[in-house]
Amino acid sequence: MSGREAILGKVRTALKAKAGDTVRLAAVNERMAKSAPGIIPARGQLPAKERIDLFCAQAVKLFASVERLASADAVPAAVAGYLRQKNLPQSVRMGDDPRLSDLPWSQEGALEVRHGPSDGNDEVGVSHAFGGVAETGTVVMVSGADNPTTINFLPEHHIVVIDATSIQGDLETAIAGIRARFGKGEMPRTVNLISGPSRSGDIEQKLILGAHGPRALHLIVVGG
Amino acid sequence: MQITSPAFKQNAKGALADVQLQQALGNVRSGFIDKRLKAVEALPEFEALRDSARAIKDHALANLDLYLEAYEKKVVASGGHVHWAESAEDARNIILDICRKANAKTVTKGKSMITEEIALNDFLEEKGIRPVETDLGEYIIQLRHEHPSHIIAPAVHVTQSQVEADFRRVHTHLDAARDLREPEALLNEARKVLREEYFAADVGITGANFLIAETGTSIIVTNEGNGDLTQILPKMHIAVASIEKIVPTLEDASQILRVLARSATGQDMSVYTTMSTGPRREGDVDGPGEYHVVLLDNGRSSMLGTEFQEMLRCIRCGACMNHCPVYHAVGGHAYGWVYPGPMGAVLTPSLIGVDKAGHLPNASTFCGRCESVCPMKIPLPKMMRHWREREFERGLNPAAARSGLKFWAFFARRPALYQAMTAIGMPLLSLLGGKSHRFGWLPLAGGWTRHRELPAPQGKTFMQQVRSARSAGAR
Amino acid sequence: MPDQNPRVGLFVTCLVDLFRPSVGFAAIKLLEDAGCTVEVPMTQTCCGQPAYNSGDRADSRAIAENTIEAFEEFDYVVAPSGSCAGMLKKHYPGLFSGEPDWEARARDFSAKVHELVSFLADVRGVTAVAGSEAGSVTYHDSCSGLRELNIKAQPRKLLRSIDGLELVELKDADVCCGFGGTFCVKYPDISNAIVEQKTGCIEASGAQTLLAGDLGCLMNMAGKLKRQGSAVEVRHVAEVLAGMTDAAPIGGKG
Repeated sequence: MSGREAILGKVRTALKAKAGDTVRLAAVNERMAKSAPGIIPARGQLPAKERIDLFCAQAVKLFASVERLASADAVPAAVAGYLRQKNLPQSVRMGDDPRLSDLPWSQEGALEVRHGPSDGNDEVGVSHAFGGVAETGTVVMVSGADNPTTINFLPEHHIVVIDATSIQGDLETAIAGIRARFGKGEMPRTVNLISGPSRSGDIEQKLILGAHGPRALHLIVVGG
Repeated sequence: MQITSPAFKQNAKGALADVQLQQALGNVRSGFIDKRLKAVEALPEFEALRDSARAIKDHALANLDLYLEAYEKKVVASGGHVHWAESAEDARNIILDICRKANAKTVTKGKSMITEEIALNDFLEEKGIRPVETDLGEYIIQLRHEHPSHIIAPAVHVTQSQVEADFRRVHTHLDAARDLREPEALLNEARKVLREEYFAADVGITGANFLIAETGTSIIVTNEGNGDLTQILPKMHIAVASIEKIVPTLEDASQILRVLARSATGQDMSVYTTMSTGPRREGDVDGPGEYHVVLLDNGRSSMLGTEFQEMLRCIRCGACMNHCPVYHAVGGHAYGWVYPGPMGAVLTPSLIGVDKAGHLPNASTFCGRCESVCPMKIPLPKMMRHWREREFERGLNPAAARSGLKFWAFFARRPALYQAMTAIGMPLLSLLGGKSHRFGWLPLAGGWTRHRELPAPQGKTFMQQVRSARSAGAR
Repeated sequence: MPDQNPRVGLFVTCLVDLFRPSVGFAAIKLLEDAGCTVEVPMTQTCCGQPAYNSGDRADSRAIAENTIEAFEEFDYVVAPSGSCAGMLKKHYPGLFSGEPDWEARARDFSAKVHELVSFLADVRGVTAVAGSEAGSVTYHDSCSGLRELNIKAQPRKLLRSIDGLELVELKDADVCCGFGGTFCVKYPDISNAIVEQKTGCIEASGAQTLLAGDLGCLMNMAGKLKRQGSAVEVRHVAEVLAGMTDAAPIGGKG
């Protein structure tokens, strides 16, 4: 007997369940089909402006830095400004996401823009978020051909551009957004929910930023 | 790993005498508790979310077979592989087999209690494959050839100066004169050393906090980002998970995520919550080329349908041990196997046998603080008592304790006899206590008087006095 | 409005019966002052926790049966202990699972059970007591009372009603003292480490007197304080609430 059959057999015996019990199966399928949200904290249930403010405030609490821009066209200048402020070389790594590559990078003559996944030699990575979650100050990153996951983790500094209109009040609404984009029951290879820069408390419970992932997370919120 | 649970008492004695350990445990007593309380108080819906989380797991467990089948179907549809392991040995062999097919020399590992449970590292090493722990705490204890003493803070028993000494001992390729006095310097050194390992690894092995039946997704939750580098850089990702990790939908996982980090570290969310579904997709420029899930039973199915089923709701947040006075006193290693604290006191007897782990459910004051903070509302003291009942039924507890209990119960069941005996005994004992009203030593009371005085009885028992008053015509 | 004159059966608890009857008499006074008619059934012994927590269900059940028979005729059953009241209230019915008649009887019984101080405050609506105590006291929340019966505010409220009493909060008042019934003799070294943390907090509070609602915990903490040479005096909260502090403190003075 295979491990699969043995385990399922033991589980069914313990639950006094029969294989092919259509009533139980229908209940399970219905639950998965509905994917109903449970209890949603009131914290994030706010009108758009307050919701975006909450997102920014929560992110700052997590030691992310936040910058707000009226228009995406200002992103390259903001990125260059961040690099100058942090005394970093004028060079960034990003994927081929058109939401980023269509921006006027050429206006920042000194800024080198490298495309493709990170090989660990990038000081700064720039990504575009799929969405955000106001209740916890979380950005939602979705992997794909144009959005390498390595950029979320390997650079020392991670700059995430997020469209204010994609910031939801709660995690469930953000998940519904992923489902709407990728289809019911389907997921991209990787979804990263990122709440602040990397940290560790493993040495005597002292909180230190920059464990294995980025030491700094800079959020550029566009619009709103 | 070697089981020392039968020697719990000796382990505890050693732990109590270990000055460095006691210093390190001071951090558990303060940090975790205040942080959790703050986070919980800031979320008015926390109590309702606990109930919601409990109901989700109860439902998933009641339909575990069906959700496992649904989950498997989705993993396969997304291009992944599912392996079923009845035992720790099966799991080890399955993982070895996958690693060998990948021609793996080095595997990186995200923090995973389940691979501790199956003692994977020793096994891989034996077979010529080098496992590298990447969570800072796990890395520290791997260097020390130790095991985690806490399920979310594996190196909580280690002090900063010990970490410095270990890094100097192992990282001999680095400048001996470097300054490692600050924890930041230690972290940076580990970061640099492990960066190279991530890129060198052929296979990345992680655990899973949740498996989602709806989508075939595995979820890991970390703060360091090590789990992510472990699973996206090598050509293959293996997620090892026990079967009770399954929940029906992403929404269900969200509910539990809201109570998980708050209960564990007092964070609203951990820094990285990562959802992985299958291998790298067509057109993807990074991510693992193969994705395997090893589903482990190892005793879980025999907890289903018993008084220990509720233990399978556990999400490994560590809140129970963070609030346990016994854990605070002796730390995690005294428990003698993988899972310490109250959750270990219930789970360990299920997994390695109550004959070996019998001390664990007994070494509790039943103060109930663990249950009061458990995000999944697991009745831990009740289940420890169930283990004591099993031990009692099987005659596993010490003969002296057993006969003492039976002697006492014989009288407690017979009120007239009980009161006659105590009416003679207690006044005598009171006389012996004399003017100090206490004893520094008393025969048969050594367990008590070794560390404290025994307050003496006042004199005649209460019942004796009531009886006399009654016969005198009062009350 | 509470009943005018309910009949209360006093479950005195085995430790009070044997070691500190003055707590039993203090309980009677407090209950009578609160308008209750108090009776002491002579067939009571112990709540059965030593057996129950040792996994001995048969003896636990037999002892529970004895207790229920002795007390089920009363309007209320009151015990000067959160731990024993918790046993009677929360755990008795489960001992009879599978025996519908007895389980129903146990449930009816359990519904009437209360710990003394919470009974006074919550059921009898007592807001002030006539007790007397000069000086500063601190209060330890015993685990079962706190977590099974939600006893926290009631003793503090009644203590504050006493003229001349200063209530000092104890750091980690809600953390176990390490008694744990048979635990303290089965694992004496661990129990000692836990009670040492507790006595450290007690000393740091600066209070002259330590109070709690459970004699087991009190004997444990008093025993450690006395071994350490502490001058803190230890009493059951009922003694102070009733103003009956003539008896020597638990474990003696100084």
